[in-house]
Parts: sequence; C-alpha cells; structure tokens
Amino acid sequence: MCPSISVPRDGMLPDSRSEACNAVSAASILRLARQGGGAGNTHNGRVWQVVIDGSVVGSLPSNETVDLPVDAGHHDVQVTSMRFLRSPKESLEVKEGQVVGLSCRRRPRHPFIVQRSIFFLVASLFKHDLWISLTPEDTVETGPETDGNGNRRQTVAAGALRSPDSATAITSVKEITSAPTLDAKAGPAALAVCQLTKRFGQRTAFSEVSFEVAYGEVFGFLGPNGAGKTTTVRTLGSLIAPTSGSATVAGIPLSPQNGVEIRQHVAIMPEAPGLYLRLTVTENLEYFAGLYGLHNPGPRIGKALDAVNLADRAGDLCGGLSKGLRQRVGLARTLLSDPAVMFLDEPTSGLDPVAAREVHNLILELRQQGVTIFLTTHRLDEAEKLCDRVAIMNTTLRTVGTPAGLRDQLFKKSLVVTTAEPVRDPEWLFTSIKGVDSWHAEGPGSYVLSVSEPRAVAPEVVRGLVNAGADVLTIGETQHSLEDVYLELIAQDVEAHKP
Amino acid sequence: MIGLDARRIRAVVRKELRDFRRKRSIVVTMCVLPLLFLVEPVITIFLVTPTTSGVALQKSFILPLLYLLLMPTIMPSTLAAYSVVGEREQGTLEPLLTTPIRQQEFLLGKATSVMIPTLTLSYVAFALFLAAVRLLAAPVVASAVFHDSPTIFALFLLAPLMAGWGIVVGMAVSVRATEVRVAQQLGVLASFPPVVGIILLAVGVVSPTVSVALEFAAGLLVVDVLLLRFVSGMFDRERLVTGAKAV
Repeated sequence: MCPSISVPRDGMLPDSRSEACNAVSAASILRLARQGGGAGNTHNGRVWQVVIDGSVVGSLPSNETVDLPVDAGHHDVQVTSMRFLRSPKESLEVKEGQVVGLSCRRRPRHPFIVQRSIFFLVASLFKHDLWISLTPEDTVETGPETDGNGNRRQTVAAGALRSPDSATAITSVKEITSAPTLDAKAGPAALAVCQLTKRFGQRTAFSEVSFEVAYGEVFGFLGPNGAGKTTTVRTLGSLIAPTSGSATVAGIPLSPQNGVEIRQHVAIMPEAPGLYLRLTVTENLEYFAGLYGLHNPGPRIGKALDAVNLADRAGDLCGGLSKGLRQRVGLARTLLSDPAVMFLDEPTSGLDPVAAREVHNLILELRQQGVTIFLTTHRLDEAEKLCDRVAIMNTTLRTVGTPAGLRDQLFKKSLVVTTAEPVRDPEWLFTSIKGVDSWHAEGPGSYVLSVSEPRAVAPEVVRGLVNAGADVLTIGETQHSLEDVYLELIAQDVEAHKP
Repeated sequence: MIGLDARRIRAVVRKELRDFRRKRSIVVTMCVLPLLFLVEPVITIFLVTPTTSGVALQKSFILPLLYLLLMPTIMPSTLAAYSVVGEREQGTLEPLLTTPIRQQEFLLGKATSVMIPTLTLSYVAFALFLAAVRLLAAPVVASAVFHDSPTIFALFLLAPLMAGWGIVVGMAVSVRATEVRVAQQLGVLASFPPVVGIILLAVGVVSPTVSVALEFAAGLLVVDVLLLRFVSGMFDRERLVTGAKAV
C-alpha cells in the first residue's frame, strides 16, 4: 500500500461544512434555546418545531440550542409542540448580521400544583398559544466591539428588535455575535444541507451531515451498507423528517409544511423501481404523471420513454419486463416531472453492462441539460465516471470533494519503478535525487518513490538509475482510484471503532 | 380537505380500477359475492305464503331486504384493507409517496376506487332482487315489498354509507398493519359494527321508518367522515416508509 495521509475523524475536507452551512444561512441568525425537557421531562421529550413566518424551519429538541438563519427584516417566530400546543407569536425586526437569542420553555409547572399542567392543557384546546412561553434572552450588550475572530458585535437597545405591531412588549434582546454572511462566490445551491441528523430512537441513521450541491452537478453519495445514504435521500425528499439540522432542497426549506412543494420539484428513484406489474409501461407512467398533476402527459411520457430507449415496449405489462427494463421504467418515471433535483438510489443495480452504460449516458445527458443529480451508488467506478463531486458517508460525512481532489488529499503522489535487477545501493541513489521525499521497495527490482511532482522527477529518476547501471523496465505514476480513497476512509472508520 | 387536487385523486382512482380489472380473481370474487348474498333473500321471499297478510307479511321480508345491506358492508373491506399495506408489501408505496400527492388525496382516491365497484354491484344486486320479486314472487308479496318504501329507501340510502364504513375501517387497519393477511382479516371483522343497526331493525327493537333511516344515515355519515379524518391522521409517511415511527 502506498503511503497515505490521514483525513481527520470528522471526515470533512477543509471548509466543506462551513460552506454548506453558510449556504443555508442568511445574513442573520435566530438562536433559540429550549429549556427543560418538555413533555414529562423525559430524555426523549417531544421535539418542538420552530415556525418562522408560517413555515416550519427547524426542530428544537429538549435542552438544546439551535441557530436558524433568517434574512434581515420582519419575522414572526413561534414554537409548536402539537397542533394546539404552541407559544405565542413573537414579531421581531432583525437587522443584517444580528444574532437574536430567544428562549422557550413549557409554561412552568409548579411541583405543588400539578393541576396547573392540566389547566394549561385544557386551556390550550381553546387558546392554542398558552402551552409554551417564548421570551427573548434577557442580557443586553452595550457598545460595539469585536470578538476574537474579528467578528463585529453590535449593540441593540432593549426591545429594538420588536416590531411596532407586536402584541406584547419584549423586555430585552441579546445580540450574540455577527452572523456568518453568504459567500459571495457561492451561487444558489440545489441542495444545501446543514448539520442534518436523523435518529430512530437510540439508533442514529446519520449525524450532523453538511454539504451543498450546485445546480447541474452530479453528486455521488457513497458509503457502506447502513451508512445512512438511503435515509438521507428520504429525508431530503421530505419522506421522513430530520431529527435536527436544516436543509434547502431546490431552494425550498426542508420542512413538513413544504413537503408537497419539495416533492413537486424533485424526483426520487428508489433502489427498487416499485412498478405496478399488472399495468403496462405507459399506464404506470400515466399514473405518476397524474400524481404530478401534469396536463396532457402523453408527449412527456413519449419523451421519457425515448430517453430510456423503451418506446417500443410502451404497451408491455411491467410484470413481463426484465429487472433491467423495470429499472429503466423507474428512470423514465423520474423524468416525467421535469425535476430540478433527481435522487437516484442505485440506478444501475442489477443492470447488465450495456444497460448500465445506457443509464450512465442518460445521466450525463441530464447533466448537460442542467438537471442536478444526487447519485447514491456502491459502484465506485460509476461514481468516478459520472460524478463531479462525491461524498463518502459512514453515518457521519467522512469527506466531500472531487474524485481527483480526494485522491490528492488522501494519498501522496508516487512513482513506481521496476528494474531488470535490484539496484545495488537504492538508499544512496533515491535519496540523492532531488524531489524524492521517501522510497520503499515492493519487491526485488520494484520501488515506490514518494514525490511531490511526478512529471518533473521521473526523468531525474531514470537518469539516476541509468547512471547507476540499472536497466529500467518501467516507470509510472501510481494511479489511485476512488475505490482506494473509499477503502482507506472506511478502513480508518473500522480502525477507529475497534475496542 | 381544502386544497386537494382532483387530478391526483382521479389518477389514483383510474389506476386502481385498471388494476382491479387486470386481476381476474378480484373481479370474479366481487361479482360472485353479491350473487351469494342474493340467494337467501330471494328464497325467503318465495317462501312467504300469499295468504299471510298485514304486519306479518311485512315482517317476513324486512329481514331479507336488510340482509342485502351486508353486501356493501363486507364486500369492500378486503379491498380497502389491502389498499395501503398491499402497496407497501409490493414495494410501490415509497415511489408513490415521493410524488406530491397528499395523504388525504391518496386515501380519498383509494376509498373512491373501492366505493365505485362496491356500489355498482350492490345496486345491481338490489335491482336484480327487486326484479326477481316483481317477476317471480306472488303478486301480493311483490306488491307488499314495493309498497314498503321506508325499507327500500333505507336500502338505497344506507348502501353507500355502510360501504363507507367498511372502506374506512379497512383502510384504518391497512395503514397500521404490517401484513396484508392480517389487515384483511381485521378489516372484515371491523366492518361488522354497523350491522348491529340492521339487526335492531330486523328484530323489531327499532321500527323501520323513513325518519329512522335518515337518522341512522346521518349518524353513519358523521362517523364515516370522522373516521376518514382519523385515518388520514394515522397515515404516517415515515412509519410507512421506514417501519419506524417519526421521533
């Protein structure tokens, strides 16, 4: 194995997390702190939802603080537990760069007055905003200053953030620090995921995942079985709700309220195509065209079938198709709605090489048309061939980058040299060549040299070997594949989890 | 229920009806069941002696007429019980849930697609029964049956509501069940409660009048609507896709 450098355990390439979170964030931050364990003070108390301007923008677990990016301007903030268990609406005027702190808790339950809890519950049936109290942080900072990172703090007078039309007065507001601003270079992202986490009870499907995908990009999502890839796709497709974190999908904030709108703009192809076997190919597509609310879907169905080379099988029952053909019908289905983002979960699974190549060509065509593709795959050659960037996932995101970038990040460049006979004094020879950092023998007459610039050093190495009387048989740069990167990262994970 | 898209509901209905048609066993079972339900009432009516008169004559055919109501109650329960868990078992539920369809639209589409064949077959069976009475029964009996308007009115009025009950409880079971067989067994069992009303009428605890039929229908309508909303609330995409309840 060639020498390698290690990637940090959090698995992130430099700045990948902050870039993604910056993309989600706007110029200001709303910092909500939840005090108390919520219902029953249990460890797994009900997660509250944070509603800003009528849309759920995040969730708030017990005893946790979340930062929610907001645009500068007027915002109505509310926290809800259930449909009729909410806080009052707080109207805030947030300025650019401010971080506004709010704390929320269940209405106090006095230990001697258990009935009070029941009172609030019953009263909440009639007046829904009684259950949770929502109050601004009570500290006010005075005078502008700069923190250690050079971020400017701002001063806001008590109540200054409160809108004039607010029903009740906010006593004070704490401005914590300047919020991160949008990266000027960063364009609009098709997917922007920030600290997204999904747990099923005690089991964590994926944790604190952050990345962003640009429009028109083919983004590979790799990882071993059980790494949380499919759950991530389901979460971003609004099939399941995240436990914490935030995301925007096709520019729409991920929230239960936006589920229909998100699903209107994305298409998901699960690993199993899930076709109605007693219906024909066309009837299957007609059904889904109807579910997407398409008018006159005939031409679009025809185009989708042409795209996957299935026009001549349009009248066949799906039950009579091979697995590969069914997979193609599934792909045609995702093309129907003209999606901004396509999630393809193992699209070439079970396909023969010819059919797989057709799918690859289709993906490349879609990329040319500007469709964003989120490709989950186990086939690393496929990812390397198709993807602009890849993310390697193993419950947490291990790394994100271009395949070439990841190779450079993870592995040192090296030259492999073979000679007809073993070199007489390789230590003296190789260390005397400028540009060779280190070397080791891989067998008699076979040497691996770590170099920084393979193309510049290779001629020097050949000259040195010839001058030393060696017959050079081959010399070449070591080619690391994406598979090497993947295996290296997963091996690090396995090593880290050893007792 | 505001904001539902009729196109999506229609798409579900059209696809379901196509699917039923292609599955011969479903079509045959649905057609045979009404015929079986017709046998007993027709025989009973023919056994009524023409000399029987007045209240005794009326009592003799109320039970067979109301017995026909079992048809729309029981017939849809297995289809409804299959509606969600069946999709889940055959792997078609997840692709469906990735589309913009709302759970209310999906459930309404499913309910409508079961209601259409159920009502069609039930009304055809009722018509066949009445035709048989008109053509084959003794004239006195036939005349008595056609003059008992409250019962015939109840028959036609209650059929969709009884079917509604069978469909909604079937779907409730289907949303929660993890296996089709369990769902279908529970669905049939759960469809029986409204039959109690029929029994009360048949044994004479409640007199069959138009107002009783209307009150029973109104009550059943309210229950059906509430149940449908309840089922819609039970429809948890996360649990249906992952098998785990949303945390």
